Amino acid sequence: MRAPVFFAIMALLIAFEGSTRGWNGALGILNMGLISAIIALGLNLQWGYAGLFNSGVVGFLALGGLAPVLVSMPPTPGAFAGGGWGILIALCIAVATIVATVWLNGRLRGTARAGAIVVTLVAGFFLYRGIFDPAVAVIEAINPSAQGNLGGLGLPTLLAWPVGALLAAGAAWVVGKTALGLRSDYLAIATLGIGEIIVAVLRNEEWLARGVLNVNGIPRPWPVPYEIDLQNSADFVARAGAMGLDPVTASTVLVKLLWTTLFASVLLALLFAAQLALKSPWGRMMRAIRDNEIAAAAMGKNVTRRHLQIFVLGAAVMGLAGAMMISLDGQMTPSGYNPLRYTFLIWVMVIVGGSGNNWGSVLGGLLIWYLWIKAEVWGPELMSLVTAQLADGVVKQHLVDSAAHMRLIVMGLVLLLVLRFSPRGLLPER
Amino acid sequence: MDLLNALVAILNYIIIPATAYGAQLALGALGVTLIYGILRFSNFAHGDTMAFGTAITILVTWGLQALGISAGPLPTALLALPVGIAATAALMLATDRVVYRYYRRVRAAPVILTMVSVGVMFVMNGVTRVLIGVDEIRFADGARFVIGPQEFKAWTGLAEPLALRATQVITVVTAGLVVAWLFWFLARTRTGKSMRAFSDNEDLALLSGIDPNRVVAVTWIIAAGLATLAGTLYGLDKTFKAFNYFHLLLPIFAAAIVGGLGSPIGAIAGGFVIAYSEVAVTYAWKKVATYLIPGWEAEGLMQLLSTEYKFAVSFAILIIVLLFKPTGLFKGKAV
Repeated sequence: MRAPVFFAIMALLIAFEGSTRGWNGALGILNMGLISAIIALGLNLQWGYAGLFNSGVVGFLALGGLAPVLVSMPPTPGAFAGGGWGILIALCIAVATIVATVWLNGRLRGTARAGAIVVTLVAGFFLYRGIFDPAVAVIEAINPSAQGNLGGLGLPTLLAWPVGALLAAGAAWVVGKTALGLRSDYLAIATLGIGEIIVAVLRNEEWLARGVLNVNGIPRPWPVPYEIDLQNSADFVARAGAMGLDPVTASTVLVKLLWTTLFASVLLALLFAAQLALKSPWGRMMRAIRDNEIAAAAMGKNVTRRHLQIFVLGAAVMGLAGAMMISLDGQMTPSGYNPLRYTFLIWVMVIVGGSGNNWGSVLGGLLIWYLWIKAEVWGPELMSLVTAQLADGVVKQHLVDSAAHMRLIVMGLVLLLVLRFSPRGLLPER
Repeated sequence: MDLLNALVAILNYIIIPATAYGAQLALGALGVTLIYGILRFSNFAHGDTMAFGTAITILVTWGLQALGISAGPLPTALLALPVGIAATAALMLATDRVVYRYYRRVRAAPVILTMVSVGVMFVMNGVTRVLIGVDEIRFADGARFVIGPQEFKAWTGLAEPLALRATQVITVVTAGLVVAWLFWFLARTRTGKSMRAFSDNEDLALLSGIDPNRVVAVTWIIAAGLATLAGTLYGLDKTFKAFNYFHLLLPIFAAAIVGGLGSPIGAIAGGFVIAYSEVAVTYAWKKVATYLIPGWEAEGLMQLLSTEYKFAVSFAILIIVLLFKPTGLFKGKAV
């Protein structure tokens, strides 16, 4: 009976926010909360089902976010013809080099192996750079103030979302293949690394997504219109007027509601699938592996393979959420991918919600996101209340300025308290 | 002459900065590896412990500067360091008492402790930001150079400058002294020996009457000292920015794993391996190549990777070690 109560409270919180501070803001929090819930579902697959510590959520999210840029943006004229093939060939060479290295590693022994590997890697790297650099120079020279990147394929945005999932899944496969099967901490460190690197790539490779110059105007998916089009449509203005609303508010709220519908349907579909998987023999096997790897291995389960499978699945869900987030924002800002916000806050969501429980992750995603947004408002309000008696001066100014950072402390304390006193979370497993 | 110029360029742009950076990483990795060896978890809060210790040191430095106290040619921060270490150690002991002790008592899995350290990381990150803000802070004072670039050019007549900054010398000397002391402590003293025994075999150590609380407390104090020292030296050498210390977590962990988690000597070796690779791979070799191969003008910068990708270097080394030698260069422990 806990779950419906908590979800009702969550709905009340959103409704209260909507009626006191306006529905536009409340729906904004809800939409991002739904996306957070999807990311948390992905992490719950990895941590809750299998006990895998992924500290690179931000990277899979960012990689998923690349998909709308590459799929749904209009193509940059001349970019693909100029440098696209060069880049593709160079990337193929890079992959071929790595495959050749792995193959040599399996075939040769001793100094011959070391020598062959070094020669292959060095030759492959210089060949790659020799083809890659000129191609990049061509692309970045095309209309650099507005484009200078490869551009997209101009396909529908909804198509970009599964592509985002695929991109993240690919990266997860590579990381999982190397770090799974070793000690559990190694996966934590390796994912921390891949997260940092994916974000660094997005920040620096201007041919890909314009780096820190950001990509703007990423198209919205099919059912969601633009506010300005609604406001210019006489039909919509008339209908809004008939309901006693002014067209600006009506259009923003309608757009947000459509986003909510879209995100909620994706979330429900994923939740349904995750629940089915959890209750299937596969889900029982996963939990058996999590609870006792040795016993599961003795029963003939291939622990490393199953770990790899679920790690990739979880990352795919994160990539999907990343693509959805970029579509919602309408712009790609690589410098915004902060690990505290996009990795460790997601962890707080899963732990607080209840690891291993899909409904818990959804609740955690919505609730923690709500608290994270509201703490930014409450912190300074609380601080100004506390410091009201203080004389104006350096100390007071410093305290008021730093109040915005209080939410980090609050989130840390929430995580510590839940881990200590209620390690199974708000909605415990089963 | 060209050969000398090339050597000086390598010394100036690679060897000297990488040695200082390597010493800072080694100190950080030593802290991580000690906590791993004795408390048996990967401490994600270590980067923020470094930031906290440095922030306290900077605050005390400002206080000393306001009082007109300075250390002459040395940075004032060195005088403030003991206060920073004491404050960080107090915070670590308090954290252990309030947070970590419970999980040791219930013998929680290492991954739970790692998760707990993420919570601690959040809190410490927030505390540091509230204390000192998020801006970039320079707090190095005192003499700037041991060898200045202009003096060196005038003195040798070479075209290449060589700069040896005071902070780099201080970093290496301090790190050397501290590491020598730490190894003496671990090898010779009663407490150090009990720490190693505890790390090797906890049950056997407990059976032979070693007080676990004492071992844990000493570990936290040493880790706090190492973290504050590493953070302050890094801040003196470059600048202090709370968020950068979080990003140091990756090279520090990479150094500890490359050396072998739980092995102090490995942490030091790992720190230098990571630092030299990072600097060498992100350095633009064009100048050196021009000196070495007369009459040849390189086309690009001859930079293998842009400096933004320095983390990729730590990561690549980490992956290579994980693939070929998961226990690290010096056999670490596998829990």
